[in-house]
Amino acid sequence: MIVNRLKKIYVALIFILLYAPILTLIVLSFNASKTRAKWGGFTIKWYLSLFQNEQIMTALSTTLIIAFVSALIATVIGTAASIGIFSMKKGWRTFYLGVTNIPMLNADIVTGISFMLLYIAIGASFGFPTVLLAHITFNIPYVILSVMPKLKQVNYSTYEAALDLGASPVYAFFKVIFPEILSGVASGFLLSFTMSLDDFIITHFTKGPGFDTLSTKIYTEVKKGIKPEMYALSTLLFLSVLILLFLVNKTPRKEKKQIIKE
Amino acid sequence: MKNNRRLLATPYFFWAAAFIIIPLGMVFYYGLTDKSGALSFSNISAIASPENWKALMLSLLLSLISTLICLLLAYPLALILCNLHVNQSSFIVLIFILPMWMNFLLRTLAWQTLLEKTGVINSILKFLHLPVMDIINTPYAIILGMVYNFLPFMVLPLFNVLSKIDRNVVNAARDLGANSFQTFVKIIFPLSLPGVISGITMVFVPALTTFVISDLLGGSKILLIGNVIEQEFKQASNWHAGSGLSLVLMIFIIISMIITEKYDKDGGVIS
Amino acid sequence: MSRKLIELQNITKSFGRDVVLDDLNLYIRENEFITLLGPSGCGKTTTLRIIGGFESPDSGSVIFDGINITELAPNKRQLNTVFQKYALFSHMSVADNIAFGLKIKNKSNDYIQDKIKYALKLVNLDGYENRTPDSLSGGQQQRIAIARAIVNEPKVLLLDEPLGALDLKLRQDMQYELIRLKNELGITFIYVTHDQEEALTMSDTIVVMNQGYIQQIGTPEDIYNEPENAFVADFIGDSNIIASTMIEDRLVEILGARFECVDTGFGINKPVDAVIRPEDIDLVKPSEGTIQGVVSHIIFKGVHYEMEVMANGHEWLVHSTDMFPVGTKVGIHVDPFDIQIMHKPESEDEEAVGVEE
Repeated sequence: MIVNRLKKIYVALIFILLYAPILTLIVLSFNASKTRAKWGGFTIKWYLSLFQNEQIMTALSTTLIIAFVSALIATVIGTAASIGIFSMKKGWRTFYLGVTNIPMLNADIVTGISFMLLYIAIGASFGFPTVLLAHITFNIPYVILSVMPKLKQVNYSTYEAALDLGASPVYAFFKVIFPEILSGVASGFLLSFTMSLDDFIITHFTKGPGFDTLSTKIYTEVKKGIKPEMYALSTLLFLSVLILLFLVNKTPRKEKKQIIKE
Repeated sequence: MKNNRRLLATPYFFWAAAFIIIPLGMVFYYGLTDKSGALSFSNISAIASPENWKALMLSLLLSLISTLICLLLAYPLALILCNLHVNQSSFIVLIFILPMWMNFLLRTLAWQTLLEKTGVINSILKFLHLPVMDIINTPYAIILGMVYNFLPFMVLPLFNVLSKIDRNVVNAARDLGANSFQTFVKIIFPLSLPGVISGITMVFVPALTTFVISDLLGGSKILLIGNVIEQEFKQASNWHAGSGLSLVLMIFIIISMIITEKYDKDGGVIS
Repeated sequence: MSRKLIELQNITKSFGRDVVLDDLNLYIRENEFITLLGPSGCGKTTTLRIIGGFESPDSGSVIFDGINITELAPNKRQLNTVFQKYALFSHMSVADNIAFGLKIKNKSNDYIQDKIKYALKLVNLDGYENRTPDSLSGGQQQRIAIARAIVNEPKVLLLDEPLGALDLKLRQDMQYELIRLKNELGITFIYVTHDQEEALTMSDTIVVMNQGYIQQIGTPEDIYNEPENAFVADFIGDSNIIASTMIEDRLVEILGARFECVDTGFGINKPVDAVIRPEDIDLVKPSEGTIQGVVSHIIFKGVHYEMEVMANGHEWLVHSTDMFPVGTKVGIHVDPFDIQIMHKPESEDEEAVGVEE
């Protein structure tokens, strides 16, 4: 009994560690005082002025566009690559997975400067395309690593059965294989989107002056003081994801229980 | 037929060549040449200069300490989560990924607010009549920032391997006379080694190379090797020097990669 | 008969709302090969896990050699388990797997080496010390799992569907292996399976379970020849179970025809179930049979033909070494001692209810 209580306290402490800063930011977003150090009373004015702040709004839309487009392209390339890699012989497969591991295991700063050097070498102008290309690149491995395990679970006979019943390979793929790996594709996309959204380091090295995502905007503001609107925006983003996850998680759980009962 | 499907990897092949292999080659090229383009090891030997060496050693020290703390915090947590019979492993992954939706820089900045002399933590400590902490702008704050930011990367691989261990294997050890401690030392820990190794890599590499956490929580006085490289690139525009130092860092990264490849047979964080 | 070694008294266990075991009572004798047999979900594995100490019952007690061990940790019990799917330690060599329990008990190195040799010989795997479990076939892994358990000289060996993952031929070989092992070791085996053939081949005693209740306990012959209820009759081998009427002692009316039987005490004109094994039905000339029918299906099964005979509105399942082509008119004859009469369950629920002893 005591052990069980200790376990619960331990888990709770770790969660406090993980979520204390998030709670802090949410509280700060309602702080009337402009400095972080002082509580100046409750206000929602930052939530209102947020939408008038053009710089923040531009950074937000840039961030979301980069995250969405890079996740989408990475999902397409990564899913196709997974299927290709999966049907390769062992040697090639190991090679591809080794290459895929490089951006995963390499330090972000090295990935960032390697892109910067590439862009300098080819004389590219730093801005939206350079950031987007970099984001697609570090997102693809997340897609591959989400889709590969699902491909391993696919019962290949069902695909052959579809061919046997007269389906064309493309039709059979979309009707039989794709539904089975769909959850992997979806989680690859979501993971990519999240990683892109949260990235600072690689964007820092691949962006040009005058081009900002939320992360780089915050970084430049650190020295002169963060605008409280940023806290408000982060809170909104976080809460909307939380609500979304809550809604998504609620429906499938019921189904799962039923399956177990049967 | 099977050949056709292999072709699906072609776009990725070119992509990886253009955006993974060639850029890495550029780092090697710049790191091993001087401004005139001649082969030179001066960029690499620059690591031996007192400031750079000090930064590297401090980075190694702080990242090793953070990695160890992460391991010690995460292992019991992963064990508890596995035994909770929360078969919703995706749910647990979510809880650790969720904070990422709050911007990484802001999350780390929030610790400033929490750690400040008159900040939240010290107010609580004062209220409890405990000695206040004065760790903001010290290496301790950087360690805290590293542990906070990278703990999920330790928990997830550990949770993954631990939840895959067949309960009957643990039962078998108990059945053969091992008590809980012996079962842990002889069975559970050795079987979880791939997760331990991949967790260590996932924490050690970003901790070793960070410049943001030291920037935000260490004041401007504490320089890590990541800060040195970042300044060479973004402020001094000395790409050769920055690449040379990155190559030094990559020695540690490559060692971690090789160890991970060897142990980690079925995927790291995900899967 | 030898003395009782393990006694389960009034064991009840539920997981959430599912009652898995309900007031189960069972004793196991020393040196007995006892098999818990039943369909999946009948509570047999839970029973085994309670004996092994991996589950604790909600109520009731486990008595081992006169001592209550209900709350004793698994590592303190004088019994060892061979787990489903082997549960070998994949990071250790075969020798280290076998030595595991002995090292825990701080046995001398020489003793351990001797024991490994002995155990490997016993399971016919001499020379496999340095192999890893992953490099072994399923059958070999199974033998290692057994060797790992028996070097500890347990008084009781628990086996949880140990042959479930093996193919048919290997399974049959291992059945003989297990009987040989049991005889050489002279210890008690508690065996869990859903395979009735395994149970009939190896056991001294079979405990048939369903839905958390014991349906029948007996020797393989008892269970096969004299099933106590329809569940047991249906689960063990093929049967013709036919709703009938007990006219009086030793006379039963099946599908309108009167058969002599040997059962008594069911009363007069009482509805009962008659069980007739397919191999106990003799197909004879129509005029010599108790009832007459027509062969409707025939399949060659190797040792015998399996036929279905339509007679008095019922498909009779018949096993015979003689062949009767489809369409042949035949008579059905059953010897009195081959008809087993059972009480009719009054409701569907009763089929699952424990049988009083």
